[in-house]
Amino acid sequence: MNVAAWLARNSRLLIVLIAIAAVLALFGTSVPIWGGCTAALDRCADVVAIGVFQGMIVALVALGYTLVYGILQLINFANGSVFMLGSVAALLGVEIFGLTSDSPAASVILAFAVILPVTMAITAGLNAGIERVAYRPLRRAPTLATLISAIGMDFILQNVGQIIIGPSPVSLPSLLPNDVILAEPVVIKVSHLFVTGITLPLLLGLMWFVRTTRQGKAMRATAQDREAAGLMGIDVNRTISLTFLLAGALAGGAGVIVALYNGSAWWQYGFSYGLLAFTAAVFGGIGNLLGAAVGGIFLGILISLNAFYVDPRWQEVVVFGILVLVLIFRPTGLFAEKQSERA
Amino acid sequence: MALLELRDVHAFYGNIHALKGVSLTVDRDEIVTLIGSNGAGKSTTLKTISGLLRPRTGEIWFDGDRIDGLRPDEVVARKITQAPEGRRIFPRMSVTENLEMGAFQRRDKGLADDYERVFTLFPRLSERRGQAGGTLSGGEQQMLAIARALMARPALLLLDEPSMGLAPILVEQIFDIVKDINTQGTTVLLVEQNALMALGLASRGYILQTGEIVLADVSERLADNPDVKKAYLGG
Ligand SMILES: Nc1ncnc2c1ncn2[C@@H]1O[C@H](COP(=O)(O)OP(=O)(O)OP(=O)(O)O)[C@@H](O)[C@H]1O
Ligand SMILES: [Mg+2]
Repeated sequence: MNVAAWLARNSRLLIVLIAIAAVLALFGTSVPIWGGCTAALDRCADVVAIGVFQGMIVALVALGYTLVYGILQLINFANGSVFMLGSVAALLGVEIFGLTSDSPAASVILAFAVILPVTMAITAGLNAGIERVAYRPLRRAPTLATLISAIGMDFILQNVGQIIIGPSPVSLPSLLPNDVILAEPVVIKVSHLFVTGITLPLLLGLMWFVRTTRQGKAMRATAQDREAAGLMGIDVNRTISLTFLLAGALAGGAGVIVALYNGSAWWQYGFSYGLLAFTAAVFGGIGNLLGAAVGGIFLGILISLNAFYVDPRWQEVVVFGILVLVLIFRPTGLFAEKQSERA
Repeated sequence: MALLELRDVHAFYGNIHALKGVSLTVDRDEIVTLIGSNGAGKSTTLKTISGLLRPRTGEIWFDGDRIDGLRPDEVVARKITQAPEGRRIFPRMSVTENLEMGAFQRRDKGLADDYERVFTLFPRLSERRGQAGGTLSGGEQQMLAIARALMARPALLLLDEPSMGLAPILVEQIFDIVKDINTQGTTVLLVEQNALMALGLASRGYILQTGEIVLADVSERLADNPDVKKAYLGG
């Protein structure tokens, strides 16, 4: 692509980038992200790596938003809460299996070989149930009605989370060993492998499913033209249910991983991760699967940098800031050069 | 017994009374055409047959079964497919994937033959197998829409204005292909604005006017009817 033409078309974006660069240059090393990464490059690599692992989890939730948006043009606000309930289920699972920090690795692995799929099945069913109860009856209603219904579902699920585990964050026993596997060039721990080992197959599996399987193609066809999909003999309602099942399963899986990786569950995680994931989905161009995954990892890196060099309490500001910037300058997402690449 | 029969079908869009008691029959192996001006209810008739729209009253029978009230995918399961108005190709799926969607309910082994068949009917599509549907030309998209509807091996093919927006030479080609398809054993209900060509192809025709069938006859007599000539054949 012609660089000059691109610059011309994105002049507004360029102005913002220049402004940001000017601010950074003006304050020099006193801006922590800037200073940190130039002053301590070795630490920076670690922080970025941690961000990548966080980002993969965010990507799972982001895929849920983007999948549902692609097929119904609806932002399923309840997705964040479904994720949160996945964490809650993991917490309950840990209690049921009586796991403690002293539990042998084998029994932890065995327990999670049960907890993970069971949680994913529950959240999948929950998400599909939400569609059936709160969205399908409004299929022909104005978009706003469905959106309000989605926000309402989100509130309900947040309260369900509070009822089950109470209003405060609940800690899980630290079940993942803290052993360092790799020290150079970046620190990799067992917990990171755990995150990758579950997240990556789920991410790739979903992409593969949507791209190549019969049902996945039915999902794409329904997303592109619902009526025509019906004329092909695709059961449109079943396909929409399947989409919610998949989105719910991914959210629940992410919930389990976060509960273990962060060592806690809290009803408000639904909002903070939901916001992150939604921003990631918008960043990647909502409806675009690969975009959501890349957006998730990008945001993971960003919040990790923010937490290390600035202050984790700024996270929401940073994420909302990105969301607003993207919506103003690139509402179709950063990868939306060609419409034809979308799901 | 007719393969397809509509009995006094009334259909609505909200308050708009789009079909006001449509009755028609299509016999096995026939080509029947449905002619009418813009907004007469031709597409609505096909939508109602395909299950995209439920008749408020009236009945639709196919091959001895009542099919009104079925979902679109259930209608396809009865071997009725449609190449809808405006082509409705899946724009971000390849030509092959579009055809695959047409064959969505097929589980049998004979699929390879059907790809062969549509690629023989439409060599242009064969050259463009990997291309995204949305980037095909209008004529190519129309070919794809018809090919896609054939992939289900329909007993009854519903065609909604297959000639729309095509160059005259292409229209002739498409009509020849429809004739071929019919000879190979598919019954066709053809909706057309191009009344002259449609009547040339079909054995019988119905004239639809603001939601009502006003004339039904064999093609030759319709083509000679002075009213039809005046309204649909340009004098
Ligand atoms: N989705 C819809 N909502 C409301 N009214 C509709 C809808 N679709 C069609 N109509 C109305 O129903 C009537 C019949 O429309 P239909 O599309 O069946 O006409 P048609 O005979 O296919 O016309 P054309 O030759 O222009 O395609 C028209 O008056 C149209 O305005
Ligand atoms: Mg029409």
